[in-house]
Amino acid sequence: MSLIPDIIEAQELKKIFGDVIAVDSISFAVKKGEVFGFLGPNGAGKTSTMKIIACVSPRTSGVVKVFGMDPELFPAEIKQRLGVVPQETNLDPDFTCYGNLFTYSRYFDISPDAAHKKAEELLEFVQLREKRDVTVEKLSGGMKRRLILARALVNNPDLLILDEPTIGLDPQARHLIWERLKTLQSQGNTIVLTTHYLDEAARLCDRLVIMDNGKILVEGSPADLVKKYVGSEIVEVERTPEIESCLVGNDIPFEATGETLQIASDSARTVVRILLDTCSPQKVLTRPATLEDVFLKLTGRKLKE
Amino acid sequence: MVPIWSFPRITRRAGKVWYRNLVVFFRTWHVNFFPPLIEAFLYLFAIGVGIGTYVKEIDGIPYVNFIAPAILAISVMNSAFFECTYGSYVRMYYQKSFDAMIATPLSIEDVIAGELLWGATRSVLYVTIMLPVLAAFGVISLPLSLLAIPLAFLGGLMFAGIAMCFTAITPGIDTLNYPSFLLITPMALFSGTFFPLALLPELLQSIALALLPLTHLVALVRMITLPALTLMLVIHLTWIILVTALFCIISVNLMRRRLIV
Repeated sequence: MSLIPDIIEAQELKKIFGDVIAVDSISFAVKKGEVFGFLGPNGAGKTSTMKIIACVSPRTSGVVKVFGMDPELFPAEIKQRLGVVPQETNLDPDFTCYGNLFTYSRYFDISPDAAHKKAEELLEFVQLREKRDVTVEKLSGGMKRRLILARALVNNPDLLILDEPTIGLDPQARHLIWERLKTLQSQGNTIVLTTHYLDEAARLCDRLVIMDNGKILVEGSPADLVKKYVGSEIVEVERTPEIESCLVGNDIPFEATGETLQIASDSARTVVRILLDTCSPQKVLTRPATLEDVFLKLTGRKLKE
Repeated sequence: MVPIWSFPRITRRAGKVWYRNLVVFFRTWHVNFFPPLIEAFLYLFAIGVGIGTYVKEIDGIPYVNFIAPAILAISVMNSAFFECTYGSYVRMYYQKSFDAMIATPLSIEDVIAGELLWGATRSVLYVTIMLPVLAAFGVISLPLSLLAIPLAFLGGLMFAGIAMCFTAITPGIDTLNYPSFLLITPMALFSGTFFPLALLPELLQSIALALLPLTHLVALVRMITLPALTLMLVIHLTWIILVTALFCIISVNLMRRRLIV
């Protein structure tokens, strides 16, 4: 037990829209200084959870505390210390990059002088200095996301909430955002993010939960989850009826995915040897297990929505 | 769910939203300042001078002087109404500005209150721009007509509140055309604006007095621009204050229902 109170605490949190249960009695806690991820397919309830934490959507039932306060009773006090990167780009098109940061600072009651200084500093931080006086409509998608990240930082937030921070970005833009988040993390910021990019989650998160249908399926560090639910390595082999029955004959559990069969194991060598000796496959591939394997195993391979 | 008539909790942070809109307005001042100027000229020439050639006087008042307060009142109505329908809807739905704002210490009540105050302010700015034109043509009395400026704020707030109710319930931007054509246009014509209310059949007169907000605003503005103050002033003013309070409160709660789910 730590003496430092948790930044976010949720117990039996529930959110119902009409007859849809978006968030179904979930409990979790986010500690100070950690990067905590919410993973899950579309419609899993990640964004609904984020909105409850960000004080913009009231919960149906359960308990939530952010900085020890109830979002429904102290929204302004909580939001004063939050930075939010929403899924949808909602920069103010009537302003330039600088104007967006400056105007947003004013909503937090930051003095004009301090707002000016902070805006310049943040433009530097997200590498948008040369776009300072450009209206946001002229920015590329990656630049807009970077500006939104900068905007979320104008108030030096104690907690940063990111809903799909790198959605739709090219690899360069994603890497820049990741770098910046790593910097923030090393400065001791607490970060909560949702994503369905599993490499992103594995790279950034100290701990994460995987959600599906409003429920939390598992919780842990990316490495622990991989080890616990999949094992360390995956062997992939082409999918033919012969190989399938050969695997069944050798008592090796496998999962069929499209054109390939996947075998999760802690000792890939043994599996490969048996395969080569008895099943005569065309090609065999071994690779380290990833969070994606855990995700697909837990949430299923069927298309969501 | 919050009852729609309950008094919303609005903080001084609403001023931040108001100020944001003010900054944008003055940054694009060249497109914002000329319409009211030109509108004043157009009305004066087309209706005042044009129709005025045939209609010399109404109840002993020169026709141009009769319609001058209507020009002001219609402009109060239009600027606040269109700002808080199309303007607010674009900021809410297309620009997602309200979402961005409520992620800060601003509440949705603050945001809507700021929008309403801004709508009223726009009316004040328009009237302030039009007054010198009307004064230059000598069709309004001075200094009493300067009272049209605070009156524009009150009247503007009333139309902003009415507009925001439509914005809160409209399914899309196109359906905002209904109140514009079915409410605003008839009101601009039948509220004692270009001809006296007394010319209408008695039933329509009563309807105009009971239900058309512009009727009361035109009557008030006309009292100060002619000038012709009577005790009816109290009744018109009270009507406007009550209706303003009602619609502003309801609009904030309706918007909360729409946006906070």
